[in-house]
Amino acid sequence: MNREEIREVLLEIIADIDEEADFTALDADKPLRDQLELDSMDFLDIVMELRKRYKLQVPEDEYPELATLNSCVNYLEPKLRDL
Amino acid sequence: MKPTYDAIVIGSGLGGLTCAKRLADADHRVLLLEQHFQLGGLATWFKRGGHIFDVSLHGFPYGMVKTCKKYWGKTIQSAIVQLKNIVFDNPQFSLTTSFSKDDFIRLLQERFGVAEAVVREFFITIEGMNFYDDQKLRTFELFERFFPGRGDIHRLLLEPISYANGSTLDEPAITYGIVFSNFMNRGVFTFEGGTDRLIGLMEHELKNLGVDIRTSARVERVVLNKGRATGVMVDGKYIPARAVISNAGITNTVDDLVGREVLSENFCERFAQVRVNNSSCQVYFGIRKGESIPDIGDLLFTSREEQFTSEALRDLRTKSRTFSVYYPKTRPDAPPDYTIVASMNANFDDWARLNAHEYAQEKEAMVERCLADLERYLPGVHSKIDVIESATPLTFQRYTLHSKGTSFGTKFEGLDISRSLHKELPGLFHVGSVGIIMSGWLGAINYGVIVANDVDSWLRDT
Repeated sequence: MNREEIREVLLEIIADIDEEADFTALDADKPLRDQLELDSMDFLDIVMELRKRYKLQVPEDEYPELATLNSCVNYLEPKLRDL
Repeated sequence: MKPTYDAIVIGSGLGGLTCAKRLADADHRVLLLEQHFQLGGLATWFKRGGHIFDVSLHGFPYGMVKTCKKYWGKTIQSAIVQLKNIVFDNPQFSLTTSFSKDDFIRLLQERFGVAEAVVREFFITIEGMNFYDDQKLRTFELFERFFPGRGDIHRLLLEPISYANGSTLDEPAITYGIVFSNFMNRGVFTFEGGTDRLIGLMEHELKNLGVDIRTSARVERVVLNKGRATGVMVDGKYIPARAVISNAGITNTVDDLVGREVLSENFCERFAQVRVNNSSCQVYFGIRKGESIPDIGDLLFTSREEQFTSEALRDLRTKSRTFSVYYPKTRPDAPPDYTIVASMNANFDDWARLNAHEYAQEKEAMVERCLADLERYLPGVHSKIDVIESATPLTFQRYTLHSKGTSFGTKFEGLDISRSLHKELPGLFHVGSVGIIMSGWLGAINYGVIVANDVDSWLRDT
């Protein structure tokens, strides 16, 4: 998967978690938590969905890597490159 | 029944049900075992004399809307409705509130004379609290910082939460802040259709996902092989599984299902520090069919105690109790039914040490006290009541099997034991009321999701 594909998948997962999430004004370098009102349970859902789809394990101490959309893509790119 | 499972969940409280649901969502083969004949754990109900009595429905925070929508679906989510009239009545103050932040900001200024800046700062402080904050600060100290010497305000802020999760002034302030902020979000909510409908819908969801469910199936023990959980023994039969999730109490899990002898010394020492929370007493009143009662509010926090203390709240002959009043709107599709559930906090040992005669006497006296208090809000109600039932900590223990009949799991230290059990005994996880914050309906469901994530991670790795 390339960066754009990973980005699309992330937005799709977030939209499944919160169907009212509005991505139009989303700043990819600012925390998702603040912009989309995601809480810690939502991040857990993202982690569990990534594991289900790609068998990808995100250890708890690496959750901060998922803070912004760009940091998510940066973190996932090497892990999902070969898919 | 399948010969083997990915995950066996022991106990069908809201945490166990939700954990089973999430694991099934993640395509694991799940077996759910419940010792009682009915699912739900303490999220339960019973039928008596044509009435349905809800044991722990009372009211939960708005967060249940999002949580149920995400983890249980829209049918369950859409049945969540607000309880608008929450009543306080005690020698220090009497008021009606929506139990929301806006209303509390108003009340604290208008009724209690606190400056707006102080009230706002208090809310900013508790809303900013999270699990990783300082755990040394006690709830009493938090209250004193903002409202020094104001026992009446301490009562307003803590009494409802004491009934919700057994909190005292001595608990870590973060446990108070997290739970109180949850309620203050938008107020108090309930499930339209009652506990029976909620649990019925959950059971339906699980069956649709292929979860096998067995009731009246009491697990004798968790089977371990070289320190790893490999399955359970139930009715003398071994059922293997790659992961076992106990939704029994954490103390029951360690002492009854596993045994301390398999644990390391360090873990045993930490486990020995775990205090179970207090239990409850309840008295249930059914109003004769055809009769009705006026709307006196949905949830009443009443006390004839001059001052609030946590000890007095739990006293054998406490003068403090809540009345959860269920009007026909609770079950709009059923014939009109009015029921009232009086709830009190209670110490297990106070009731356990009574002999049979004393126990019967104290129980009868408790019913009379509740009835006398109820008459103050509903004069003449006595003549309309056709069913009275009561429960003590021993009743709660009998039905839930919880150590000392605890209604709210454990104090704060239980959370660490619950979270680290699977590191001590790989393949064995715990979900259930612990640490005060993982308690109540919302806490239990969210904790079910958190633990399901751990289990899923384990199952994908092994």
